[in-house]
Amino acid sequence: MLPQVTTPTGKADDTGCPILHVDMDAFFAAVELIDRPELTGTPVIVGAAGARGVVLSATYEARRFGVHSAMPMTRAMRLCPQATVIPPSHGKYGAISKGVFEIFHAVTPLVEPLSVDEAFLDVGGARRRLGSPVQVAAAIRAQVAERFGVTCSVGVASTKFVAKLASRQCKPDGLLVVPADGVVDFLHPLPVAALWGVGERTEQALTRLGIKTVGDLARVPVATLQREFGAAGSHLAALAWGRDERRVTAHVPDKSIGNEETFAHDVDDPETIMRELLRLSERVAARLRAAGYVGRTVSVKLRRSDFTTITRSRTLREATDVAKEIHTTACDLYRAAGLDRVRLRLVGVRMENLRPADTATRQIGLGDREIGWREAEQAMDKAIRRFGPDAVRPASLVRKRFGPMDL
Amino acid sequence: MMFRVDRDVLAEAVAWTARSLPARPSVPVLAGMRLEVTDDQQLKLSGFDYEVSAEVTLDLQTGESGVVLVSGRLLAEITRALPAQPVDFVVEGAKAVVTCGTARFTLLTMPVEDYPSLPAMPPAAGRVGSDIFASAVAQVATAAGKDDTLPMLTGVRMEIDGDTVTLAATDRYRLAVRELKWQPDQPDFQAIAMIPGRTLADTAKSLVTGAEVEIALSSVGGTGEGMIGFSSSGRRTTTRLLDPEFPKYRSLLPTEFSARAELVTSSFVEAVKRVALVAERNTPVRLAFRGDEVVLEAGSGDEAQAVEVLPVDFDGGEINIAFNHQFLLEGLGAIDSDVARLQFTTSTKPAILTGGKPVEDGGIPDYRYLIMPIRLSS
Repeated sequence: MLPQVTTPTGKADDTGCPILHVDMDAFFAAVELIDRPELTGTPVIVGAAGARGVVLSATYEARRFGVHSAMPMTRAMRLCPQATVIPPSHGKYGAISKGVFEIFHAVTPLVEPLSVDEAFLDVGGARRRLGSPVQVAAAIRAQVAERFGVTCSVGVASTKFVAKLASRQCKPDGLLVVPADGVVDFLHPLPVAALWGVGERTEQALTRLGIKTVGDLARVPVATLQREFGAAGSHLAALAWGRDERRVTAHVPDKSIGNEETFAHDVDDPETIMRELLRLSERVAARLRAAGYVGRTVSVKLRRSDFTTITRSRTLREATDVAKEIHTTACDLYRAAGLDRVRLRLVGVRMENLRPADTATRQIGLGDREIGWREAEQAMDKAIRRFGPDAVRPASLVRKRFGPMDL
Repeated sequence: MMFRVDRDVLAEAVAWTARSLPARPSVPVLAGMRLEVTDDQQLKLSGFDYEVSAEVTLDLQTGESGVVLVSGRLLAEITRALPAQPVDFVVEGAKAVVTCGTARFTLLTMPVEDYPSLPAMPPAAGRVGSDIFASAVAQVATAAGKDDTLPMLTGVRMEIDGDTVTLAATDRYRLAVRELKWQPDQPDFQAIAMIPGRTLADTAKSLVTGAEVEIALSSVGGTGEGMIGFSSSGRRTTTRLLDPEFPKYRSLLPTEFSARAELVTSSFVEAVKRVALVAERNTPVRLAFRGDEVVLEAGSGDEAQAVEVLPVDFDGGEINIAFNHQFLLEGLGAIDSDVARLQFTTSTKPAILTGGKPVEDGGIPDYRYLIMPIRLSS
């Protein structure tokens, strides 16, 4: 049986297909079009216009020219010079994303967010209350469109990865069911690159073995794949037959929290670099505290002007959410990396090894003050919540307001 | 050069000297052990890595003067394995031959002329019994930092004021302080020295029991390249001193407390060891004092948990306090007493662990182990 695009009356065979993958269509661009309706039907690119900006989102009209997200803006503009460029305005997307997720949560508690505009839902438990998966999917699509004026596509299938492939196939503004007994027919004609976990490297390796489609892959003995790819080999074999044991988990704890910054011009001055590490550490620590996490491993990413990148990490004695400690470690790692006077294009700070802050303990040091940096930074959080992001910051990050250029 | 000596005597002397040889010598000759037979029939074995020097002197039955340098590790392994018979050591050209019973070893010698000369022993300052010194050093060195990136905290501070020696060490999270008496050569002698903790602990551990240790200090009270020497029973060690910088620890030691708990040391140790089985490194064991009981707990809700209740002689209001289990165990191991006394004020203020019977009013125990609590998340 072939997969089918259904009508909202829901006649497709969705028995045993409780998994929905909901993906907003060209989300950031679609949100921008709400305020600029005159641009509907024209190529629009959302992204920072600078020489180093990347495409965050593009309308389908722009995608027809080969523009896609994460592409450098300069390249996108060469491909599609007639596109309207809109600089990103983050608050807007977050608000709509939150509203869309509220719709999801009204359907089922089993919502697994993949990003701001994409989630898995397990609606198996909603049949009695809301109807079959296809009916639920159609209702979600209708509500999103009605309340926010943007569209989404929904894949309905028995497993997560098939649902994700299905939503991609029916974009934009579509709904596709892959019936449980139609999974193999749906998968086998697809190129191997469509499978989850097959990146450029794996695809090249598979091509070398003469494997181009998922069907080809399915016919290779598991032992051969294991020899070639190790443990990932048996995983690939399972995916090729549509088997995916992963369940929809309502809350996937963040594995890490990090921020990075590309300099407007490459920088080799250690003081400037360490100041940028401070700014990033402040940001990461504030995000940790907001999310209720502490992290034990500090990792620093340093990209040279020739794009070669190194990362260095160190695991602390105790988990922390204090910017001061993260920054100290980040600077140690930078100094130990031996990149003094090397021109850097990008630096990043990331906290890994996260755990909930309420399980964290803190060894008090001899002569420590009862009220330390942690409390100071919590006070900063409060001031920032009340007076805005510029209310408090470390003195070294305050831009000199009356520098010679301001006069 | 040649000498003959009993296997046991030689093996012990070689093993003692080899302890201070560097594991990864910066120059190859530093891996060597220098053996010298003097004209007055003495054998001197020495090792040096520019930081620490060790030299032991033995009386010989038979010997012919001379000097040679051989691989210290190899010689230590060989002498340890030899049968219990007299050992003959003979240098033949560029080789040294060790014969003992039916065994015979030929070792390559190293260029002795390239070997640095050992530092001279600083002037003697006084002496102390080896047993009391060894136990005091062990009690204090346990709290010294192990992190070589913070050298200031890896040392043991020795303060000498007349006939009182105070040893102190801290790794920021605990602080051990021990006072002991010694016999200074001058009654008003005063000095402060920061001794590398690991070297001091090794030296103290290898002292012959029942002997007397002579302590020698150079650059007394001053800064810069100080040196301390210990000599006892024909063995002498010198080590370079660290920068004398150290936290002002006396003001950090609390003298007033709102609660006091006394426990049988052995059962306390056993119980902490048991509950700590579920605690990861650097995580706490939580103590809840309630009347005449203390509840020990470790582990968290997401993982394995352990709990144990012990009787306690407790004076104070109900309190919950948490410590790094390793720090608590090391402190309990160091107090050297059947009864452990823990005194504290609040769950975030330093606690003091001492042993034995309470000292008379106003007195301070010889040994105090301060331990900083772990703050549990609020």
